[in-house]
Amino acid sequence: MGPILDALGGLPGALLPILHAVQAKAGYVPAEAVPIIAERLNLSRAEVHGVISYYHHFRQHPAGKVVLQVCRAEACQAVGGEALAQHAIAQVGCDFHATSADGSVTLEPVYCLGQCACGPAVMINDDLYARVTPARLTSLLQEARSKA
Amino acid sequence: MSITVYVPRDSTAIALGAHAVAAAIVAEAAKRQIAITLVRNGSRGIFWLEPLVEVATDAGRIAYGPVQPEDVGSLFDADFLHGGAHALAQGLTEAIPFLKNQERLTFARVGITDPLSLDDYITHEGFAGLRQALTMTQEQIVQQVTESGLRGRGGAAFPTGIKWNTVRNTQSAQKYIVCNADEGDSGTFSDRMVMEDDPFMLIEGMTIAGLAVGADMGYIYVRSEYPHAIAALNEAVAIARAHHYLGADILQSGHAFDIDVRVGAGSYVCGEETALLESLEGKRGIVRAKPPLPAISGLFGQPTVINNVISLASVPIILARGAAFYRDYGMGRSRGTLPIQLAGNILRGGLVEKAFGVTLRDLLTTFGGGTASGRPIKAVQVGGPLGAYLPESLFDTPLDYEAFLALGGTLGHGGIVVFDDRTDMLKMARYAMEFCAVESCGKCTPCRIGSTRGKEALDKIIAGEDREQQIHLVRDLCDVMLNGSLCAMGGMTPFPVLSALNHFPQDFQAKEIK
Repeated sequence: MGPILDALGGLPGALLPILHAVQAKAGYVPAEAVPIIAERLNLSRAEVHGVISYYHHFRQHPAGKVVLQVCRAEACQAVGGEALAQHAIAQVGCDFHATSADGSVTLEPVYCLGQCACGPAVMINDDLYARVTPARLTSLLQEARSKA
Repeated sequence: MSITVYVPRDSTAIALGAHAVAAAIVAEAAKRQIAITLVRNGSRGIFWLEPLVEVATDAGRIAYGPVQPEDVGSLFDADFLHGGAHALAQGLTEAIPFLKNQERLTFARVGITDPLSLDDYITHEGFAGLRQALTMTQEQIVQQVTESGLRGRGGAAFPTGIKWNTVRNTQSAQKYIVCNADEGDSGTFSDRMVMEDDPFMLIEGMTIAGLAVGADMGYIYVRSEYPHAIAALNEAVAIARAHHYLGADILQSGHAFDIDVRVGAGSYVCGEETALLESLEGKRGIVRAKPPLPAISGLFGQPTVINNVISLASVPIILARGAAFYRDYGMGRSRGTLPIQLAGNILRGGLVEKAFGVTLRDLLTTFGGGTASGRPIKAVQVGGPLGAYLPESLFDTPLDYEAFLALGGTLGHGGIVVFDDRTDMLKMARYAMEFCAVESCGKCTPCRIGSTRGKEALDKIIAGEDREQQIHLVRDLCDVMLNGSLCAMGGMTPFPVLSALNHFPQDFQAKEIK
């Protein structure tokens, strides 16, 4: 926490940059970080917690080694996005906003990855894929699991 | 002599395998001992042909696409480096009808240059607008933007020059330029393309805005779902700073302007300008009541220009070529060009920049080629999740802000999502309410509760419970949301719902059991 707060604590509107840095490092924003950030920014713990819980992007618990984000917005729906989402649920073995029983894959919805001319789109960790069929998703997931 | 080969670095190209294609081309060239120069250019926006590989020849750039790594061997066999014939050959890139029939002003450079090459940028008219602005007074710059007729391209279509003038005339020691790059609308990717494929243009536009209103600091608020855009912006800002296009003394003019790139955190409503400002300040992205306008009291309570990426990116060419040049494009009160995004179930999807006035039909058929599935188009949604669903009978509507308002819709950010005849508009209406319920900031009741109740009512219609009464309830909720919401999130969610109800009433009736 020290280096992050030293580097970013002085920025105007520093809270989001700090939370991004913490999540980039730890994979989520641990509860222990909240009072430390609050003290540095002269905010209440409730204010910091309120910001973390407001934004879909910030996690309060660790995610699986593989994070699968499936676009559920209109443009992807128009080209089979819903079927792909259902396939993802079956493949991962859990619903959206959850992690598979073995803890390896976290499944999240995302509302637009900006690939709307070539949907359906998914993101697996930092890698983006367009025109994803259910079969392709199965093989991409397998590949990601074996790498993780 | 080394031959230049272009493989785009745009994220759509990457998502379709451009990195692997580039690697395969480099490896194959090495194997065959042919000297090539690989340039990772931006995308031409011809997404149906991505990854689109181009080769520089004496006749011009020749395109091949869509290329997959396994095609690379046969491309070399066909001597594609000299424009050889191949099944994937598309001829001269500039002659591809999808591109040739566009009017690219804002996207003039996009796809042609290496997005992070300052030399490329300058060779292609880059910073001409900034250099012009540096010779002008604040008033003259604002006047050029006002006379160009440019209106906010994020969707609200407020005249940009008037906004700038308000900030210019508000006295304060500190003013800000904020770029709204929280492009959350499904079916839109023009902001993303500018950021990934021509980021210096955005930097130039923001710098001109800073000169015009007397602001020395700018923020780009870009959504976390766009990692490639974030990376490109950060690199471009660092390059611009190193070459004194940003910093304490821009091009030895004595003017200071700098930019910080800030990342959103997955909240759709942060695309609303006051929620975005709250988020930039490090708070929950809750909408502010207006007034005060951000132009008077915006970021950290200071006068703030907040504009969409495309609005700011349109400024350099207006300054470089003059207001009249830009204003001569377009129709009615919609002047200039709009980068339109063809998305969803469309055969030829991608970016089409055209002057206002082009009809939906022209875009969907001449450019788009109909659906990708080959089935009839049932509806198109124009303007993102808050835009209306329009049936075929309205496809002769010209793209014009006022014409779309008259239809009970919005042109929004220029995204057009196509749906074929298998789409259930009742489900799309339900989705609109569900999306609003998920993304509502919660500050005003019509949006927060209205969307939740709306989703419930539509679920009952799907289940066939009290259909007529629930439809009445949905219409009533829409009326309250339209007239009582604090911002466009709740205020425009009724557009897709009501348009689905009005144009596709059969989808809300009992389904025949087949």
